[in-house]
Amino acid sequence: MKVVKTIKLYIGGAFVRTESGRSYSFNVAGKDTQFARLCQASKKDFRNAVESSKGAFKSWSSKSAYNRSQILYRMAEMTEGKRHEFESLFMDSLGKTEGEAKEMVDKAIDTFVYYAGFCDKFHQIAGSINPVSGPFHNFTHIEGVGVTTLIEDDKFDFNSLIDSICSILTGGNSVIVLLGEGCPAVLGPLAEVMATSDVPGGVINILSGHLDELSEVIAEHREVRSVSFQSTRDDVFQAMKLKSTDNMKRMVPRHKNEKCLENILSFVEYKTVWHPVGY
Amino acid sequence: MTKKKTTKKAAKKAAKKTTGKTTKKATKKTAAKSVRKTTKKAVSVKAKKFVFDYDPAPESTAIVNIKSRYEHFINGEFVAPESGKYMSTINPATTEVLSKVAVGNEKDVDKAVKAARKALNGTWGQMSGAERGKYLFRIARILQERAREFAVLETLDGGKPIKESRDVDIPLAAAHFFYYAGWADKIEYAVPGREAKPVGVCGQIIPWNFPLLMAAWKLAPALAAGNTVVLKPAEQTSLTALLLAEVLQEAELPAGVVNIVTGAGETGAALTAHSDVDKIAFTGSTDIGKIIAKAISGTNKKLTLELGGKSANIIYEDAALDQAVEGVINGIFFNQGHVCCAGSRVLVEESIADTFMKKLKKRMQQLRVGDPMDKNTDIGAINSKEQLDKIKELVAKGKTEGGEFHEADVKIPSKGYFCRPSFFAHQSASGTISRVEVFGPVLSIQTFRTPDEAITKANDTNYGLAAGIWSEKGSKIHKTALGLKAGVIWANTYNKFDPTSPFGGFFESGYGREGGLQGLLPYLEVK
Repeated sequence: MKVVKTIKLYIGGAFVRTESGRSYSFNVAGKDTQFARLCQASKKDFRNAVESSKGAFKSWSSKSAYNRSQILYRMAEMTEGKRHEFESLFMDSLGKTEGEAKEMVDKAIDTFVYYAGFCDKFHQIAGSINPVSGPFHNFTHIEGVGVTTLIEDDKFDFNSLIDSICSILTGGNSVIVLLGEGCPAVLGPLAEVMATSDVPGGVINILSGHLDELSEVIAEHREVRSVSFQSTRDDVFQAMKLKSTDNMKRMVPRHKNEKCLENILSFVEYKTVWHPVGY
Repeated sequence: MTKKKTTKKAAKKAAKKTTGKTTKKATKKTAAKSVRKTTKKAVSVKAKKFVFDYDPAPESTAIVNIKSRYEHFINGEFVAPESGKYMSTINPATTEVLSKVAVGNEKDVDKAVKAARKALNGTWGQMSGAERGKYLFRIARILQERAREFAVLETLDGGKPIKESRDVDIPLAAAHFFYYAGWADKIEYAVPGREAKPVGVCGQIIPWNFPLLMAAWKLAPALAAGNTVVLKPAEQTSLTALLLAEVLQEAELPAGVVNIVTGAGETGAALTAHSDVDKIAFTGSTDIGKIIAKAISGTNKKLTLELGGKSANIIYEDAALDQAVEGVINGIFFNQGHVCCAGSRVLVEESIADTFMKKLKKRMQQLRVGDPMDKNTDIGAINSKEQLDKIKELVAKGKTEGGEFHEADVKIPSKGYFCRPSFFAHQSASGTISRVEVFGPVLSIQTFRTPDEAITKANDTNYGLAAGIWSEKGSKIHKTALGLKAGVIWANTYNKFDPTSPFGGFFESGYGREGGLQGLLPYLEVK
């Protein structure tokens, strides 16, 4: 007899059940058979994740770019190690063929590698030394915007998910990923990749839950500085934009391209420092 | 050098003469004159005897010809408002009405947006970057050549000291056009490895504190990137934007590329709501910024906001203290404190707090508040009665919240809107003056003991626009700068601006940057 597990949430580097004691089931593709049970994260779970993410932002953003780069590369290594688990998950739960499932994992690994190589370079491309007219040294430095929430819902695309996670982490941010109802049970192996990649606990948190239940608390939470909205539900995005105007969150719509500088720059702030030059 | 030495000698001689009791009235007068010109040393001998004031040094207003009425600038022409309504614009230093300015409604805005769209799809959209750049260079040059005219008009309409409009606002406005002109044919270098196109028709709404400069900040990058614009100046200070319209005509900028619709909040709301506007750029208060963000949240319009601040100016015990005092004075009293990035919260290290306050009080006492047209004026007129009332209300509230209140005992004119420079010291971090953006010459002073405490206190605000750091230790400056959550950090200086230097804030201070390469990006759509 097969043991069917409930996939836990990943908050602050620990695997936890939702405090709300609720779960929902995710079926095998095209069948009534249950594939796995997923925790239905509550508003309280989300707030806990923000708290942990806020502390982790400090440690992640103060790491050297070289170090962040190595950790992202480690994610590629760990994904490679879990390749078969991801592939069978995509075949069983999404009905993908073996070839399609392999390609999904290949692309995701390439994406990790791509951003691993960007961590210590984008500052040089998008930052600047500014030739002001006066005796001042003036430079523009880039830093992460802070705690970011990534919403992945319907039309699940594994590579797009990994691209968004990587661009947020590369920018020096911490992230809370919400995998909505449209997402398969990818939380399990993905969280295990994160847990074994030397990324400090809380830098990445992964929740499964219902977007309609959580969109309001995400939009209104003052400590969440940015939202990356990858779902196709524009009505929810617009409602969240309206709700978040009071705290002036950076609401980032679905990205147009994958593996590019713009995706990183959606989650950064530019800081310009002036200092006089003289004896 | 020789001249200086001679004067020094003469002064000493004069001073000696005055001390010897043989002098007559006439000699006294001569001595006073020489001493006035000389060094501190010479002055200190007899400083107390000579109380002298500055003579008036007003800039002539003859250079400006203010019309009795100003119209909108749409599709390259000045056109009367649809409603037929006009509003008065006053000189806040005298409260006299300067002129009447058109009040724009939805119909006017619609005409302007249509003209902008037409130019985008036509001449401007099809023009090469190099040609676009040449128009911007031309505008920059004309601004430089008519600089004094603009400076005088800016001061008359807005109340800022002529020395600031003459030396800061107008030269910087011209410099912005000059800087972005060169970007127009180099857009591919702004987005390495990608292709970009203009965003489209931009609605730009600007404030009353730096009227022409904000127009330049908005227009120059938008035009360089190939966009067309509908600009709405602040209702209190529309005149220099309308004079700029004349410059655009003189530069033969194609019709519809820049349209200017004047009016108050309703005009801005109509522009924000117009369905054919692709992007809104706004500079002003955080409250209005939020209203705009709400108004367009249901659309795909792009948005950049440059909003308010409550910027901290941190003074460490190892700072060059006299320089820091100057920096604090410039930080909060520049442009009457009507500066979004004003250094309105001083955080001074406890060990030097008393000395700092003593020096600050002395320096504040030397500030000259009065006629903005006078070349010696440091603090001009508060921009409007509304703003003066707001400042007074906040100060009155601050006074009920404990701590020390100090106001410089300086003369202010009996007519017009003026406000003496002041500070509140040692109020709680939750106090009104420590939290609320006053947008006037009112400073809050708090103390700290460790760098970590300074950073925590500096970041304890919903804003994140700017900050200052004063220290003679480089490593401490860099560590502090890294910890501060603000878009612009001035170390051992304050309130410096440059077209090549990005400006803008974190959190509730807005979205996006203006200035530099980073200031070009919000006007580009990456393909």
